[in-house]
Amino acid sequence: MRKNRFGAIAAMAAVAALTLTACGGSDNAGDGEGDKVRIGIKFDQPGLGFQDGSTYTGFDVDVAKYVANELGYTEDKIEFVSAPSANRETLLETNQVDMIFATYTINDKRKERVGFAGPYFIAGQDLLVRADDSSITGKDSLDGKKLCSVTGSTSAENVKKDVPGVSLVEQQGYADCLGLLETGSIDAITTDDIILAGLAATSANKGKFKVVGKPFSEEPYGVGLNKTNDKCEKINTAIKKMIDSGEWQKALDKNTEGTGYKPSALNPPTKFEACS
Amino acid sequence: MQGYLSLWDEYGARIMESFWTNLQLTFWAFIACAILGTILAIMRISPIPSLRAFGTAYVNIFRNTPLTIIMTFGVLVLFGVFQLQLSSDFNFNFFQIAIIGLTIYHAAFFCEAIRSGVNTVPLGQAEAARAIGLGFLPAARLVILPQAFRGAIVPMGNVLIALIKNTTVALAGSVAEISGLMKTMIEYRADLGVLIFLTVALMFVVIVVPIGMLVTWLSKKLAVAR
Repeated sequence: MRKNRFGAIAAMAAVAALTLTACGGSDNAGDGEGDKVRIGIKFDQPGLGFQDGSTYTGFDVDVAKYVANELGYTEDKIEFVSAPSANRETLLETNQVDMIFATYTINDKRKERVGFAGPYFIAGQDLLVRADDSSITGKDSLDGKKLCSVTGSTSAENVKKDVPGVSLVEQQGYADCLGLLETGSIDAITTDDIILAGLAATSANKGKFKVVGKPFSEEPYGVGLNKTNDKCEKINTAIKKMIDSGEWQKALDKNTEGTGYKPSALNPPTKFEACS
Repeated sequence: MQGYLSLWDEYGARIMESFWTNLQLTFWAFIACAILGTILAIMRISPIPSLRAFGTAYVNIFRNTPLTIIMTFGVLVLFGVFQLQLSSDFNFNFFQIAIIGLTIYHAAFFCEAIRSGVNTVPLGQAEAARAIGLGFLPAARLVILPQAFRGAIVPMGNVLIALIKNTTVALAGSVAEISGLMKTMIEYRADLGVLIFLTVALMFVVIVVPIGMLVTWLSKKLAVAR
């Protein structure tokens, strides 16, 4: 009996060791610094970070490619990694990615765990409505309207706070909201303007929706880095160069084409994070 | 620690409120799925082939459909396409749709729990019920089901426990419950990270563990001595 118990403990230890090494495996790639760069992006946000087969498209992706190039990584040295909102800090802290370009708003709570460079874009919370709907002109005309946003997002919280008694449907992703907006079950989708523009610019949705264009918050999108990074200054310089050269504007136009979307007057960003 | 306490200052009331929503969902959905599940179980053991076929089809369809899909169907199709309004209150409408979704899904499991209970009843019981002149329904009501329920305490308890945890799927149905709030807290309190997750997980443990113990105790106490 005693022997059996020892055997069981040994087996458990073996299993634990296996699982631990399995987790460690992904870290190894990070040790080869200078060879490849792993960049976290959204895989499911058309117009910003979107996985289309084996290629990646969107504004975040274009900025990421430009910055990586400036840091000395050509396009074939970039490995894109999916970085869903809730995982971004962890991905950086555990060194599973080197940089994150994923609609990552700079704020103080996040700075306690990660570092930021940028911003490379200043988004603002806005509304997406059906193209033939002129009854919604901004935040003040939302009385009695039905809205949709993503569960747990800043936009959902903001609208609950700012428009008391709002009828808000919370969905898992903005694509689900689009379906509801199209059938008329809801009147508007609310989140950052550039995300909305990206949704409206996909070929399936072209011409059906429009961004209202009256942002009511400020969301500076930064480049997420881990706390011990040494790239912050270089990334800021790269972003400045991208803006000055006109590449930034080109990337923005390309990804929001056909939606009539104009970024707020705060763009292009001029004030960058102080790198420590 | 300071940071963690400030989470409770900031979200304490909402945490309790959302968790209460989960418990309400559990309560109503369990009552409804017990009723529907029992009806389905009676169908599946009935002598009428068409009812048996219906019961079997229901169980096989809904037991094999992911709950998330049923919930999403509720919102995107019932609300989205058919504009279903069960209540004039916008949010309460989703609460009701979520209860329907949870009920439809868990009734299949509840039905199977009862059926496993029916299997513990010796065949002689049904034969004896027939011998004293009881028809199918009186025999089921007076002889088979009372024993079946007592033999099915553990599987029914498992359905309840699964249901408690599955109420978090109501998140997909736009109900303000705890896992949605967890997402909000993770979004706003990036500094706390995994602590938020552990807090929510612990709340479920605190509810589920006593229920598990109660079920074990009941199953012993109510077991049919044969």
